[in-house]
Amino acid sequence: MKYTSQMVAKPYFIFALILLAGEIVFGLAMGTQYLYGDFLFPAIPFNVLRMVHTNLLIVLLLFGFMGATYYLIPEESERELWSPMLAKITFWVFAAAGVATILGYLLVPYATLAESMANSFWPTMGREFLEQPTITKIGIVFVVLSYILNVTMTFIQGRKTTISVILLTGLFGLAFFFLFAFYVPDNLVMDKFFWWFVVHLWVEATWELILGALLAFVLIKTTGVDREHIDKWLYLIIAMTLISGLAGTGHHFFYIGAPGYWLWVGSIASAAEPIPFFLMILFAFNMAKNRRIQHNNQIALTWAKGTAVVGFLGAGVWGFLHTLAPVNYYTHGTQLTAAHGHLSFFGAYVMICFTLISYAMPILRGRPHGNGPKAQKVELTSFWMMVIGMIGLTLALTAAGIMQIEMQRLPDAAHALGFMETQAAISTVYAIRLAFGVMVLAGLFTYFYSFFVNDEKVDA
Amino acid sequence: MTERITKNMARNIYFGGGLFAILLFTGLTVDTVQKIPKLSHDDTITQSVALGKKVWENNNCVGCHTIMGEGAYYAPELGNAFPRLGANDEQAFKTYLAGWMAAQPLQTPNRRKMPQFNLTPAQVTNLADFLIWTSRVNNQEWPPNIKG
Repeated sequence: MKYTSQMVAKPYFIFALILLAGEIVFGLAMGTQYLYGDFLFPAIPFNVLRMVHTNLLIVLLLFGFMGATYYLIPEESERELWSPMLAKITFWVFAAAGVATILGYLLVPYATLAESMANSFWPTMGREFLEQPTITKIGIVFVVLSYILNVTMTFIQGRKTTISVILLTGLFGLAFFFLFAFYVPDNLVMDKFFWWFVVHLWVEATWELILGALLAFVLIKTTGVDREHIDKWLYLIIAMTLISGLAGTGHHFFYIGAPGYWLWVGSIASAAEPIPFFLMILFAFNMAKNRRIQHNNQIALTWAKGTAVVGFLGAGVWGFLHTLAPVNYYTHGTQLTAAHGHLSFFGAYVMICFTLISYAMPILRGRPHGNGPKAQKVELTSFWMMVIGMIGLTLALTAAGIMQIEMQRLPDAAHALGFMETQAAISTVYAIRLAFGVMVLAGLFTYFYSFFVNDEKVDA
Repeated sequence: MTERITKNMARNIYFGGGLFAILLFTGLTVDTVQKIPKLSHDDTITQSVALGKKVWENNNCVGCHTIMGEGAYYAPELGNAFPRLGANDEQAFKTYLAGWMAAQPLQTPNRRKMPQFNLTPAQVTNLADFLIWTSRVNNQEWPPNIKG
């Protein structure tokens, strides 16, 4: 570790991993409720499980990004973090607010929560992924602002690299588009339209800039490839991200009451959305091939390559599967959407957090050359368990989606099965999905175990 | 292929392409915002429809159901609940919805369960009005059939 203030990243990483465990546990509970409707009911109905599952994901990714940034920005700027104290305070405020919100979801009915949080005064609750009480949303704004302030001040006073410029651009975009979470018009169509300004423009635009910057950072560190070369790739990747991703928002506007031209704009632009992810694969494997150094932390490079590949599969391939309007007409709102959501969030964003954690944690724990070979071997096992588990789960959801379309969507009204009958008919596939989910959790526990593997010190 | 592209060229593609994408998206957004009121019959959003949307949000209905295809995939699509369950008869739909909400949770073992939300009769009427309004939005004739 070059700068002592990089140490503030550690609690962020640890907390992100704890939240990930929680997220997966709630996912398994949902998977079980899919099979046995009485499981946990009425104590925790499905909507509450789902809210906790998705909100934990968002919060853990924000913690992961923050930890990654606090680790990266001093090294890129070649100076200490502007205010390590602020970063520590931000951590505790965010963690406390996050835990309080999750407890609120679990302990009282949602309507009671909405009422006690004065949602009628400034209604922002009850929309997918943005279920947080308005007060929590305001809290998120302050947390993100303090985070951006800290990063920006460090950046301004230090060396400016392409990586830090792009990372900061992504962070400002993240903050800006979150503001649309506060706009809830009475018109549901207008509401949906601007809701995507948060959701799509986070995951398919601004977060991709953050992803690109973080990936480039780890590749520089683990391959020693020339910055000039890395920067060029990074610019190409994010150029394609913005060109395809912004107008690509249109693939969400097909069937929610927006004008018909989005069928064309959304289909054409989003057909190009796999390109930046494909470039990331070329990027990662090219850099690994042309490496100048043999870094002992090999597993970090494995995660980096894995992020590129699984991100491409989840966001690129599974996204493209249903992004063209005539196809989406039949797939919209089926399990195919869930399949794409799971593999893209895992491949692109959860895995980039693993990449950073895998690279930085050993250094923060006083092992500058990475963990020992035994620990890395355990971590490699956990890598494959989680990746195979997620791909298996995604394939199961894809099968479920296709069956759903065949039974419920393709036949005419007289021959089509209803929603509940269709769901009953595909329950076997949901059992397979659950089994792969258990594998993912086992993989995560194996990953945790790798932190405690005792190796002889690998000092240079 | 990338050998022929310099870092400066890549940066220019980023700034030029990014700016173009932002302008295009902003332009289409402005146009869409002007067209949505007509496509969604904005003038038919009564106070009851607006209150119904609040009932929908405050009970997190989207945590299980989809509406115009968006939401969770645990429970049926409700964007077309009015034609599917009410046969496009407003009074029949309201009666049906009141009965349905009162009967929850159904006692069928291990069927997916809908909680009891304890809505007032006025809230049920609001919710029905909201779903009726939603079913009339011009959304490119989606879903493909009445099953949702």
